[in-house]
This record gives sequence, structure tokens and C-alpha cells, in this order.
Amino acid sequence: MMRLSGQNLRCVRGGREVFAGLGFAASSGEALAITGPNGSGKTSLLRVIAGLLVAAEGSIALDGGEAELTVAEQAHYLGHRDALKPALSVLENLSFWRDFLGGDSGDAVRCLASVGLDHATHLPAAYLSAGQRRRLSIARLLVVRRPVWLLDEPTSALDTKGQDLFVGLMRDHLAGGGIVIAATHTALGIDVREMRMGGAP
Amino acid sequence: MSLIDLANPTKFLALTARVLPWLAGATAILLLVGLYQSAMAPDDYQQGATVKIMFIHVPNAWLSMFVWGIMSIASLGTLVWRHPLADVAAKSAAPIGAAFTFLALVTGSLWGRPMWGTYWEWDARLTSVLILFLMYLGLIALWHAVEDPSRAARAAAVLTLVGAINIPIIKFSVDWWNTLHQPASVIRMGGPTLDNAFLIPLLVMAIAFSLLFITLHLAAMRNEILRRRVRSLQMMQANQRAA
Amino acid sequence: MTALSALMRRDIRIALRVGGGALIGVLFFLTVTVLMPFAVGPDLALLTRLGPAILWLGALLASLLTLDRLFMADHEDGSLDLIVMSRTPLELACAAKALAHWLAAGLPLIVATPVLGLLLNLDGSATLAVALTLLAGTPALTFTGMIGAALAVTLHRGGLLLAVLVLPLSIPVLIFGVAASQAAIIGPLPFGTPFSILCALSLVSFVVGPFAAAASLRHGLD
Repeated sequence: MMRLSGQNLRCVRGGREVFAGLGFAASSGEALAITGPNGSGKTSLLRVIAGLLVAAEGSIALDGGEAELTVAEQAHYLGHRDALKPALSVLENLSFWRDFLGGDSGDAVRCLASVGLDHATHLPAAYLSAGQRRRLSIARLLVVRRPVWLLDEPTSALDTKGQDLFVGLMRDHLAGGGIVIAATHTALGIDVREMRMGGAP
Repeated sequence: MSLIDLANPTKFLALTARVLPWLAGATAILLLVGLYQSAMAPDDYQQGATVKIMFIHVPNAWLSMFVWGIMSIASLGTLVWRHPLADVAAKSAAPIGAAFTFLALVTGSLWGRPMWGTYWEWDARLTSVLILFLMYLGLIALWHAVEDPSRAARAAAVLTLVGAINIPIIKFSVDWWNTLHQPASVIRMGGPTLDNAFLIPLLVMAIAFSLLFITLHLAAMRNEILRRRVRSLQMMQANQRAA
Repeated sequence: MTALSALMRRDIRIALRVGGGALIGVLFFLTVTVLMPFAVGPDLALLTRLGPAILWLGALLASLLTLDRLFMADHEDGSLDLIVMSRTPLELACAAKALAHWLAAGLPLIVATPVLGLLLNLDGSATLAVALTLLAGTPALTFTGMIGAALAVTLHRGGLLLAVLVLPLSIPVLIFGVAASQAAIIGPLPFGTPFSILCALSLVSFVVGPFAAAASLRHGLD
């Protein structure tokens, strides 16, 4: 049983306070949807959890995780950008992240099959459409096991079929004791607890 | 008032407001005394009256390196403790350090003119100071290239510390390079056998210039803190309009 | 270890595939060298004397200019976020990236040196000496320039500003690189003295470069 929580978080970017006094918590099998208008700090919060932004105040902890690893090292981050190299083939892109991220990793080809990209393994990633690029970065979440998924608008580039597929993958992840934290405008299609940011206090 | 209190910008402003007039006064008095003593110092039997440039040149050269040291300490404060006052200290020291370095270059060049017969000679010391000057200018350019002060502070801190590691290496390299190419033209500046008649005014001037730096630095830090307050007030105003 | 070798293999593979990244550096090196006789005149004796200096300046500029995008490309496509988050220490990841860059862009410069030496009227042993000093010295240029490449990400800009910041730091490498080449060609200094200092500079940069780059990248990604 794991529990990811943040307390009294305050984030300042470029001299502007994005949010302050923010807390959140999510346990194994639970999905947290962060909603709110543009500029309310959804992406900033995800990046703070991922350790890519430093919180001015507050702390984040993953109870029940591996003690010698940081939260960021036990998390996947799926941002706006796909982290793909157009010059490499689909399989090379995925194999690189599997080898580089390390840890508990699976078979790259099988993961490509589960996102419906097994027909294109040897094509350069440059030839993929936006939706296919998204699927390929989603395959990264599968090829290396990390208990925490930090997703920033995960379904934005996906068509209905892709969204259904992704919903299934998130369900599997939650059923396996994972945690999902997603910043989103639209409904994710799974049972979530909603946390609204940027509303009137 | 403890050192921790000083780290608070508001307390810093209050304290420096009280200290600065005294500091400025002490600097002025010491500078006058030093200048008088320098003027009264005897001429050198070899260099004549030009030796008096030394009383300006040496303190400036000393400060050009001292200020980089101050900035390095402030940079550690930025990177390790993420202290906002450290950013301010590093940023406001750079132009002052550059000015001292520039003065060291100009006075060194003027001092060398009668010796070398030219205003610029690729002398080891002057060349090192010139490179240091270039590094100061680069650092100032970096501070001005980025709008967000905290982002600029991190980059400047890394560069300052890398510079601090590199300056001795550059100094050593240039000395080595210089002896390789022109072993004859190295002139003795000062040297260990300095007479007391020179040493005392030099010491007074060194202290006076160090005080001058501290005065200017504290004043520049106050300006920078106030400038940042103006900036954040303007930002708050912009946000209120939007809301 | 697999993580680092995966990172190096990826970077080298991309460098070799994308528009001949390595070749453009060599082409730049060649162009700068060819420009020199037009500036100083086609006097072969003079070119021989200036040869090592010209080659070193060319290599210095070529390796700095190709470094510009070392981290920027990874930053733009989001890879850098994942590299920072990963379980591999960022210092090691930076070192691996720099090493990969040197293999893909620095080594070709050294391979091209004999041809350029021919143009500058350097004899065989002189060319060999220059190539050897470049082999020992260009890693220092890459690992120093890497600091600039990391600052480019923090600052959101590259180009001239970074060259201005990084070039003064590479003065020692230039001094000892050229001095060692000259020592081998005309003496009177033994080749070993400046050459061993050059190697020492490279070793120092192996430590300073990755740490400074990682310090700049870590938390500098907003």
C-alpha cells in the first residue's frame, strides 16, 4: 500500500506565486484529477511532484515506496512533449527509454503491441502522426514499471479509440496498485477524485 | 541583531541604512589620508614619480580578484541554500568588480607606458587581468540577458563558481605562456623588497579601496532589493487587472 | 551502466543520422583553415609557423559551435525532463552525453587534421604532434563547453552569449595545446611538459564540467 502526499506546497515562477498552501494525497489504486482553468498551476504542480520544479515551501512524500529513491525516481512523467527523437525508429526510441530508465522493465515489442504500434516498430518516429507519437510515449509508461504516473493532458492528442485504449491501461495500472495523478480539462473515463485548482478560495 | 536577521531583506535594508553613512565617511577619510600619503611618498630611484600609480593600481588589482571571491561565496549561497539575498549580493557585485578590474587595467597600462614605450604589452599580469575583465563583462551580460532574476541567478552562480576554479588555472597558464614567449619583458611590480615608505601608503590605500567596495556593494544591494520590490509590485498590479 | 551506455549509443546514433552533424563540424573546421591563407597571405613558411595555432583555433571554434544544442535538443522535445528525473545521477548522464558528443563530433576533427596539415605545409611529424595534442585537448574543450550548453537551457538562449562566456575558460587549453605542438615542431621545450599539463587540464574538466552542467540543469528547467 502506497500513499503519495504533498503538504503546504507553494510554487513561485518568475517572481509570480502560482499556488500556495496546497495539499493533496492519493493512495494505491486511486486516481487524482487536477482540474482548473489555464494558468491555475496544474502543470506546475505536476512538475513540482516530478522534482522538475522546486517548491518554495512544503514537502512531498511517497509512503510505502522504496526508501532510498526519491519520488521523482519512482514516477513516470508524461508531459506535453513526447520525448521522442524523430531520427530513431519507434523501437529504438522505446528501447532507449527502457534501458535508460532501468528498474523493473518489460519487453519493448510487447508494449508497442499493447498501444497498437507493433506494425511500425522499424519506422522512424518522424513518420508518426501526433496520435501515434502520443501512443509511443504512453508505451514508455508500460515498458518500465513505476508506481506513480504523472500525466499532463494525457488524452489531448488521442482519438476516441486511443482514449479507450489509454483508459484500459490506466485501469490496469490502478488495479496493480499504482497511483495516477493527471492534469486534465476533459473527463478521463475512469473513477477519479477531483481536485480543483485556481478557484475562488 | 544576529547574522540570521541580516539575511532578511527588510532587516538588511534597515541595518544598512544606519551603517552606510558611517561607512561612506570612513571610506572618504581613509581615501584622503591614503592619497595624501601616496603623494608624499618618495620617488622610486628607477621609475621616478610613475611608481605612485602603484598606490591606485595594486588596490584595484587586489579588489578585482577579491570581488570575484565575494561573488563565489554568494553563488554558493544561491546554489546550496537558495537564499534570495545571495542572488542580490552576486548580481550587484559584478558591475563594481568589473569597474575595479577596468581601473586596474587602465592604471597598469599607464604605469607600463614609460617602461615599455607602448600602452599595451602582453605582460602576464595585465593579460590575466584583461581575461578577468572579459569574464566580468560576460557575467554582466548574462545577468542582463534573462528577464527572470532567479533563473539568471542560478546560471550566473554556476558560471561564477566555474570561473573561480578557472581563474587560478588561467593565471598559471598565462604566466607560463608569457615566460615562454617574452622572458625579458616581465617588469617587477612592487616585489618583496618594498620599502616602508611605500608599504604604509599602499596598505592604507588597500584598506580604503576595500571599504569603498563594501560601501558601494551595500548601496548597490539596497538598490537591487528595491528594484525587485518594484518589479513584484508591478507584477501584482498586472495580476489584479487580469483578475 | 546500461543506462549510460544506452544514452551514449542514442546520442551517437542521432548525431550520425541527422544531417551529418559530425560532418558539419569538420566542414566548418576545413573552411576556417582555408580562410587563413587569405587573411595572412599564401606564404608557406609563415603558414608552417602559424599552422598549429590555426588548427587549434579552428578546432576550438568548431567544437564550441557544435556544442550549442547538446542539451537544447533534449530540452525542446521533453527528453531532458525524463533524464533529470531518472535514477541515473545527472552528473554521470551529462558526462555520458559530452563523451558521446566528443566521439561523434570531436574525433572526426582529429581525423581530418592530417588533410588540413597538408594545406598548411606541415610535415608528417608536425601534423602528428598537432593531432596528438588535439586528441588530448579537445575533450577538455567539449567538457568545458558543455557548461555553456547547459546554461543555454537555463537561460533559454544560446549563440553568441555562450561563446562569450565559455571562450575565456578555454584559454588554458589553447595555450598548452599550441605550446605542445610548437614544442614538438621547433622546440626548444620538451614536448612532454606542456603535453602533460594539457592532459591534466582535460582531467580537471572531466570533473568540473559534468558537475557544473548538472548544477545548472537541475531545477533550472521551468
